[in-house]
Amino acid sequence: MATYVTDGSQSIGAHSAPVNSTTVHPDRHDRTLPTKPNPIMECADVSVFYGDFRAVSEVDLKFGRHEVTALIGPSGCGKSTLLRSLNRMNDLIPGARVEGSVTFHDQSIYHKDVDPIEVRRRIGMVFQKPNPFPKSIYDNVAYGPRVTGMKVDDMDHLVEDALRRAALWEEVKRKLKDSAFGLSGGQQQRLCIARTIAVNPEVILMDEPCSALDPIATSLIEDLMAELREDYSIIIVTHNMQQAARIADRTAFFTASMDYTTGDRTGELVEFDTTSNIFGHPKDKRTEDYISGRFG
Amino acid sequence: MTSIVTPRGPSAETAPSGPSPEHPLKRSQRRIGEGIAMTVLRAAAGLSVVITVGIFVSLLIPSISFFREINAWDFLTGTRWAPTFSDPDFGVFPLITGTMWTTLIGLLIAVPIGLGAAVFLSEYAHDRVRRIFKPILEILAGIPSVVYGYFALFFVAPVVLKDLLGIQVGTFSVLAAGIVLGIMIIPTVASLSEDSLSAVPQSLREGSYALGANTMRTTLRVVFPAAISGITASIVLALSRAVGETMIVALAAGTRAQVVTNPTDNGQTMTGFIAQTATGESSPGSLTYNTLFAVGLLLFVVTFVINVIAGIIVRRIREEY
Amino acid sequence: MTGIGQLVAPPLRAHRHGERSAASIVFLIALWGAMAFAVLSLMVLLVDSFLDGSARLDVELFTKYTSQVLPERAGARAAILGSAFVIAVTAILAIPLGIAAGVYLEEFADNSRWYNKLIEVNISNLAAVPAIIYGMLTAGFALAIGLERRVVLAGGIALALLILPVVIIATREAVRAVPREIRHGSLALGATPLQTVWRQTLPGAVPGIATGSILALSRALGEAAPLLLLGGLVFVNYDPDGLMSGFTTLPIQIFNWASQPQRAFQEVASAAIILMLVLLLIMNALAIVIRNRYQNRW
Repeated sequence: MATYVTDGSQSIGAHSAPVNSTTVHPDRHDRTLPTKPNPIMECADVSVFYGDFRAVSEVDLKFGRHEVTALIGPSGCGKSTLLRSLNRMNDLIPGARVEGSVTFHDQSIYHKDVDPIEVRRRIGMVFQKPNPFPKSIYDNVAYGPRVTGMKVDDMDHLVEDALRRAALWEEVKRKLKDSAFGLSGGQQQRLCIARTIAVNPEVILMDEPCSALDPIATSLIEDLMAELREDYSIIIVTHNMQQAARIADRTAFFTASMDYTTGDRTGELVEFDTTSNIFGHPKDKRTEDYISGRFG
Repeated sequence: MTSIVTPRGPSAETAPSGPSPEHPLKRSQRRIGEGIAMTVLRAAAGLSVVITVGIFVSLLIPSISFFREINAWDFLTGTRWAPTFSDPDFGVFPLITGTMWTTLIGLLIAVPIGLGAAVFLSEYAHDRVRRIFKPILEILAGIPSVVYGYFALFFVAPVVLKDLLGIQVGTFSVLAAGIVLGIMIIPTVASLSEDSLSAVPQSLREGSYALGANTMRTTLRVVFPAAISGITASIVLALSRAVGETMIVALAAGTRAQVVTNPTDNGQTMTGFIAQTATGESSPGSLTYNTLFAVGLLLFVVTFVINVIAGIIVRRIREEY
Repeated sequence: MTGIGQLVAPPLRAHRHGERSAASIVFLIALWGAMAFAVLSLMVLLVDSFLDGSARLDVELFTKYTSQVLPERAGARAAILGSAFVIAVTAILAIPLGIAAGVYLEEFADNSRWYNKLIEVNISNLAAVPAIIYGMLTAGFALAIGLERRVVLAGGIALALLILPVVIIATREAVRAVPREIRHGSLALGATPLQTVWRQTLPGAVPGIATGSILALSRALGEAAPLLLLGGLVFVNYDPDGLMSGFTTLPIQIFNWASQPQRAFQEVASAAIILMLVLLLIMNALAIVIRNRYQNRW
């Protein structure tokens, strides 16, 4: 069957191989994944509303422990909205509400006894545009432990540890007291990762973390994610299919359905599987169309 | 990887394993102190409502005592105001005419000059020119009213009006006070109007230019009408300030409460009466004290109504954009 | 006819645009005239004050008290100290309250609720209430709680009530300018909303709040009307010595001197005016310096 190569080259040709035509980086996938993830977080029939408008519809997902799960799909299909409901950042938007159940270690994070502040400490978030605080690099990393009341015997050591894990230590070790705003975009994003790590979360949510960065910085962060996977579970929203193919263990593909009477677009989950299956043997035609670049 | 951080209580985990024995996401201690802080903040915000209620109450109580002695109709329509005389009269109409004249003269100065300055700064001036003239308007706005009052009394009346312009005014006149009041209010009209004019989208101007209109026609026929809400709001606010202004009229308008018919007249305004009487001795509960508050109540009601109207106009602008 | 030149997008401040009709020129002259009137008024006012008062800008202005019998020797000492005391009380009362209210309204209040909208409208109204009304409110309040009317504390309360709306509005604007991403970054780490405000938002808003507060205090310094009703302020010939002390302030003293017929009082009044204007100039310059040097550029 004829396919289009989607890694940027223009050649058109027939491939006898399955639809997957994006390059899957070998060393990121040298692990054997269980067929079903051992989930640290789960979404069951989750819909997210802003007032009456349904932004995301009936999503069922299991996010695996120590895995990178990517949420991909064209823009406007609620991926970021879903991501924000995983650490209750959606609470900040007036009129936002979540139906269905979002669980963390089998406990609902929207239960009335649950403290959203504590949820956010355990489930961290890195944003699309790096947003360091107007403080020194040291104080950026130390901020989280300080405000969450962590008992820290040696803050210097904690800061160094977090910066090392974010692959930033070597570049900043001599200028910890300098303002974070003096760093480059890629460094700032790694700083944001470092400060998220500093509060010792279990899950790290990333909302298109590389979309504001240049390719070199992007590649550094992608390498970083493979290492971070050892200690944390990562859920990443990305517009960049190839990025998902490169770094994700499992991938969830979303699309948007349009309500023609109101003009509203509601996001829905199309398919969720291991990355190699999504890109190699997609079960849904819409997935196949997206992967092969026919739309989106 | 060993963690050098001591986990906080049984709720934290160093390594993700199965579900923790207790509910791991319970409220932490931080939140208790927060509740107190939030209550304090909420109270501070609510204080503003308390203040408004307080104004009403503090004006009403002496006024009620006043109106037990003096008929409200006589108060509002009577034409002789002599509350401290041995044969007192409490018709507030002279004070109202005093206020009206100073306000009118003030607006006659402030509105054209203020609008002119606003149009100039918004539509015509280069950046460099703006940077010189805008601060001048801000300085005008920052000069205390007592300084303006002195200026009206010792310069505008004798030098400008009598010597330069040959107008026969006494020491005190609503004309001198009104002119200086107008000068003080120029920035109020100018800055709000300039904001409204600048907020008009450039595309409207370009559409007009593209049809061959020059700047004057564009300004008068396109920009000005588009900004009319903001400009009206600025004039209404200037009106409110003029009515409520005290020191200029207390110093320069006059002490004689009479029905003012001529701008060169000596005339006492509502605020002038309050200022000039309050500096004397007035014990709470006395008729003089209550009279002050009755006039104060009238003043407050008038400016309140004007402010509400201005607020409605301003809110209508926000909806349009 | 429309030429190609006029279809090209004109610069924003085009004063040479289109044909130069007579009406256009007159219009422009009128506008310049308006501007000139404003500038001229300001210059004349300043020059006149300076000319009238420079003769009395002497040491005695600062060291002597006012005098009924010897206007040539009258001084503003009591007024200067009184202003200092009262402004200090005003600042202590108005600034923390104003910041607290402003922070609550901007960060925590749900603006769709009717009572929060009411508070917002209410504050705009309070900002436009005539100054003298605040004096009446304070007089009534003092009477109700048994406080002496003629004391520094009452004066401070009156002025604090006057500038409170201004401080609230300035705080709200400064807080609003702090980008949302900073707040989100803090909350995403597990900080509470209050911690976020205290450690991130408020520090970021401090320059704007400081500027607004200093400008508000400079307004309070120049106000006489609210204090007139706290009677008995006009003849004070002693230093204030505490919250419950009698006092007078610069603008009140100027008002009193300007109301007297003797020429010498007129001179000393304008000397005091110069002094007050200089103080205001310093305060405003300070506010502008803070705004320019410390304003965060996000």
